[in-house]
Amino acid sequence: MAYWAAAPVKRYDVKMRPRFIRWGAAALVLALPFVTHVVLGQGWVRILDFALLYVLLALGLNIVVGYAGLLDLGYVAFFAVGAYCYALFASPQFDLHWPLWALLPMGALLAACFGVLLGTPTLGLRGDYLAIVTLGFGEIIRIFLNNLNAPVNITNGPQGVSLIDPLHVGPWFLEKTYHLGGIEVPLVINVYFLFLLAVVLAVHLSHRLENSRIGRAWAAIREDELAAASMGLNTRNLKLLAFAMGATFGGVSGGLFAGFQGFVSPESFTLQESVMILCMVVLGGMGNIAGVVLGAVLLSVLPEALRGLGGLQEFLFGRIWVDPSNLRLLVFGIALVLMMLMRPEGLLPASARQRELHESK
Amino acid sequence: MDIFLQQLVNGLTLGSIYALVALGYTMVYGIMELINFAHGDVVMVGAMVALTVLQALTGWGVPSGVALAVAVAVAMAVCMALGLAIERVAYRPLRRAPKLAPLITAIGLSIVLQQLAALIWGRSYLSFPSVLPTASMSWHGVIITAIQGLIIVLATLLMAILLLLVKRTALGRAMRATAQNPAVAQLMGVNTDRIIAFTFVIGSALAAVAGVMVAAYYNVGNYTMGFMLGLKAFTAAVLGGIGNLPGAMLGGLLLGVVEALGAGYIGDLTGGFFGSNYKDVFAFLVLIGVLIFHPNGLLGSRAREKV
Repeated sequence: MAYWAAAPVKRYDVKMRPRFIRWGAAALVLALPFVTHVVLGQGWVRILDFALLYVLLALGLNIVVGYAGLLDLGYVAFFAVGAYCYALFASPQFDLHWPLWALLPMGALLAACFGVLLGTPTLGLRGDYLAIVTLGFGEIIRIFLNNLNAPVNITNGPQGVSLIDPLHVGPWFLEKTYHLGGIEVPLVINVYFLFLLAVVLAVHLSHRLENSRIGRAWAAIREDELAAASMGLNTRNLKLLAFAMGATFGGVSGGLFAGFQGFVSPESFTLQESVMILCMVVLGGMGNIAGVVLGAVLLSVLPEALRGLGGLQEFLFGRIWVDPSNLRLLVFGIALVLMMLMRPEGLLPASARQRELHESK
Repeated sequence: MDIFLQQLVNGLTLGSIYALVALGYTMVYGIMELINFAHGDVVMVGAMVALTVLQALTGWGVPSGVALAVAVAVAMAVCMALGLAIERVAYRPLRRAPKLAPLITAIGLSIVLQQLAALIWGRSYLSFPSVLPTASMSWHGVIITAIQGLIIVLATLLMAILLLLVKRTALGRAMRATAQNPAVAQLMGVNTDRIIAFTFVIGSALAAVAGVMVAAYYNVGNYTMGFMLGLKAFTAAVLGGIGNLPGAMLGGLLLGVVEALGAGYIGDLTGGFFGSNYKDVFAFLVLIGVLIFHPNGLLGSRAREKV
């Protein structure tokens, strides 16, 4: 089928989706932390918080990989920049205690600068060369964070920065436990709503970007850079913009991460982390916001859910046969392979991409 | 000057190991345009298998030379089977899938291999039995140990054999044809599926040897040892121009030398500001530098963009 014949139908479907489903989904997302808190306890709400953080990161990487088609294997570097920016300016390390509303934009801006710094020399590179350079860049940032404790102590080296100021937004202190009409609202739920706000903004921004002039230009570059350039698109600036935009998301989530954890160290920013975020984007469905969100939630919750394997073994066999921490990752790896084999285009692929795949067959 | 030569020798040793692993990356990339993320873990499996066999054989009192040969042979056989299995399970079903899909299955397999190794061999470091001669020779103050000599000679030999195989045999011709254009190669009667499987097998065999070398050189083996090595080797392959066999060799040697010299001199060059813990930065900076000025790597042919 030609592309124009399928497009209007899709639009119509989206508009006519019953309103109650949307409201139902919204109510579910709002009620989720309270229900989880009561049923599964604090630990699981914390996992949800981290899932939201990963959604933010995955949405950021989606701009670079999904929209502009630039394979970035060092994305966690921007996360690290944002986190250390927050950590250094809101902790006893330099005895600075700046507020969140100043540090988040600062972290975002700094990450964007690093994005441009990474993008400028790599623009001429083809796909896989770009991947390895971004990978190297991520490692360089991590090695610097690890070693910048001598001769001048900036990052405190492998020990990391601790005692970071807890998050607070104006009069709303997130580490306090509030009581709303008899319902307890502890730190983890407060953080959930702060992160949720960030995710909602990020989804909105991604959605607007996708359908904007810039988004269409990125799609053109992704599909055929040469053709895009000959249509008069300034591919250099557009690619830099994609890097900077993606990095901004990383910087913001880094700041939120540092404030939530109260502690950052280079160990949180390894290549494995970049790879995991990339898996979320690809597995969920590159370029499709719903898919990316699904992938991020799934891959961040799955390893935690698999922690139950130890208990399951005891229940089934009466003793632990296999070290649960190894088994957890083993099952995770197998699941990753199987999911990809069954749906190579991702769980919820972008509609344009799916059309391409089925047309070419 | 002594330090310079000594670091050069150390770098060449490390570099020839990098080169062997890089060949595996570059062959697979040349044929399928795919980064085989699980390759580093194949190296690890090779090292661990060889260590186990060696420990068992030396325990039974088998002479060390024989034990080493058997260990290498077993490691190669296991890795070849593993390479074949990886290709069959993770890559062949995705041959027509979007480009990033096999990357994810490769990452998944890499996790699986590491965790399986942790389950089989545990998380502790296995030590390499002392089966290798500890003799060394000294020349103008430069010390070359027997292990270093052995590694360099063996790696050179293997690379020469590989080059002969690819350039001179019918199989090598089929490999080159598949790399150039799989569809046309198939029309010419090349069984491309078999050639791809064969490429994985050769790469894995080289990886097994490299794994034994690393374990012998550093005297240890661990289930995480493949990761950084794989990363460095892939960097080396890109440095030399990915898809290009002599490029991978050159890139590997160069990366090893740069790393060793960087570790030796970075403190003096920066007045003690940066220590040798920045040696990895050095390797990546060289890579980025080369790619900026020569985007296709040192020996890579300039790929024309198709309209």
